[in-house]
Amino acid sequence: MPFSSLSDIKSRLDAGETSAVEVAQLYLDRIAAHNDSLNAFVYIDAHHVLAQAEASDKYRAEHEARPLEGLPIAVKDIFCTQDGPTRCCSKILKDFHAPYDAQVITHLKEAGAVLVGKTNMDEFAMGSSNETSAFGPCRNPWDTDAIPGGSSGGSAAAVAAALTPAALGTDTGGSIRQPASVCGITGLKPTYGRVSRRGIIAFASSLDQAGPMTRTVKDAAMITAAISGHDSRDATSVNNAPAVDWLGACDATDMKGLKIGRPKEYFVDGMDAGVRASVDAALKQCEALGAEVIDISLPHTEYAVAAYYVIAPSEASANLSRYDGVRFGHRCDNPDDLLDMYTRSRDEGFGSEVKRRILTGAFALSSGYYDAYYLKAQQVRTLIQQDFIKAFEEVDIIATPTSPVTAFKLGEKTDDPLTMYLSDIFTIAVNLAGLPGLSQPCGFANNMPVGLQWIAPAWREDLILSAASAYEGATEWHSKAPAAFDNKAGGES
Amino acid sequence: MDIDVNKVAMLARIRLTDDEAAELGPQLSGILGYIETLSEVNTEGVAATAHPHDAAMPLRANVVTNGNRRDELQASAPKTESGLYVVPKVIE
Repeated sequence: MPFSSLSDIKSRLDAGETSAVEVAQLYLDRIAAHNDSLNAFVYIDAHHVLAQAEASDKYRAEHEARPLEGLPIAVKDIFCTQDGPTRCCSKILKDFHAPYDAQVITHLKEAGAVLVGKTNMDEFAMGSSNETSAFGPCRNPWDTDAIPGGSSGGSAAAVAAALTPAALGTDTGGSIRQPASVCGITGLKPTYGRVSRRGIIAFASSLDQAGPMTRTVKDAAMITAAISGHDSRDATSVNNAPAVDWLGACDATDMKGLKIGRPKEYFVDGMDAGVRASVDAALKQCEALGAEVIDISLPHTEYAVAAYYVIAPSEASANLSRYDGVRFGHRCDNPDDLLDMYTRSRDEGFGSEVKRRILTGAFALSSGYYDAYYLKAQQVRTLIQQDFIKAFEEVDIIATPTSPVTAFKLGEKTDDPLTMYLSDIFTIAVNLAGLPGLSQPCGFANNMPVGLQWIAPAWREDLILSAASAYEGATEWHSKAPAAFDNKAGGES
Repeated sequence: MDIDVNKVAMLARIRLTDDEAAELGPQLSGILGYIETLSEVNTEGVAATAHPHDAAMPLRANVVTNGNRRDELQASAPKTESGLYVVPKVIE
């Protein structure tokens, strides 16, 4: 059971073979046994989890089960929840309790899900390794000396080690897809505007999007179906977004007639040879399933990281100005005056990566530099979007590696921020263009998981889900479990 | 590029200790140096992105929809009094 998919657990619940309480207890036991070695969860309230499961069993006894009835789902510490703290893994929010639920949390509750707890993350989602968390780093279940990716590292590690069958993450520059890739699970970033951002602590508002991190493609579809939809309280939530048959899209078993673009800019010198070999083998598998793989070019790819590190920090510097020690969050002791309160509260509350990003953004937006940095980056962003639009005139979908490397060791890249920034080189353009992207396991290199990334035109998550489902059906990579956490011999069901 | 890190920090309302400033200065210069590769791109006549899907900002009626939740909203505030946020004295 622990490594079962969400849809398998749902089948067993629907058949009356198990109960939501039994399922919740199983994962609570696994969290109790394994969280110390992973630090994937930063908040768990076992009583509250069991209370939700009991309520779900009662609901099921009296009504028709809802789409996620009794299914445990963990959420990243970035989602506001009325129950328990919401800290975004930052010291500045150490005492914060959200007065309302994020819209996606409301959706999960309405769908009958059991919320398991809050998962570790890079502070304010700023990082690619989960090492900037104020609660300490999270570890990769495939090698506990390695990073789980970031920023949704806790969600990825928790799913990979089966401490929960599924989790929510957020993705601003790859923060769902990159950790999913390096932990060997599936992660979907929906089209920008598909999922409400209300109640998700803002990092870069034109890029942020929430999505599922799961063991299978269908599980990702089940959760996205539940959390997507227009929200009038998020001004960037898109009304009349084209509908998707989320579950139907996952019935695909082949890729006949599908034209897959293979962008040459995503297969470059300097990437790990094992990653490249795994992804090339995956594309061969796609051809065997009936797809046509076509070489394409996305010429502005090399500028995506630079544009992102203007746009995201600029938006962050504006968004994070709200942490001023007045309405919520940390306030320094005995401030001399208002300015001293602002500057000292923020110095004490923010970690060093958050300060770097805020300062980068403040500089890019400052008088005399705006045109050269912010405006220029937003123009380059338009060119990156146009690259994709042109490519999609020729192909249906694009396939790339999710990350140029497998999970690196803790501490390996913390000395040089720029090296860390470049680890998101294959995921960032998707956010800049607002497109949907999914990472799924496609092999191993250096004994660590490798991810295959699918990119589709805006609102065409169905194309991604179909291609990824067909690939998943033909391969076994998604069912691999890290040996240290797969204690079948331990007598667990 | 050399930047005055303390000036930028003041714009961002973050006090930096001397050690932090000494570390952040060269790091920011490195990051901004990398960002300057953008200057290679010809962007003449290219519109700046305002929204990933070029969607218009919606309007809604200016009405209260969530009632008075002052106490709940102020529960996380560092210091309040009579429903007001308390800050250090601003006007002498």
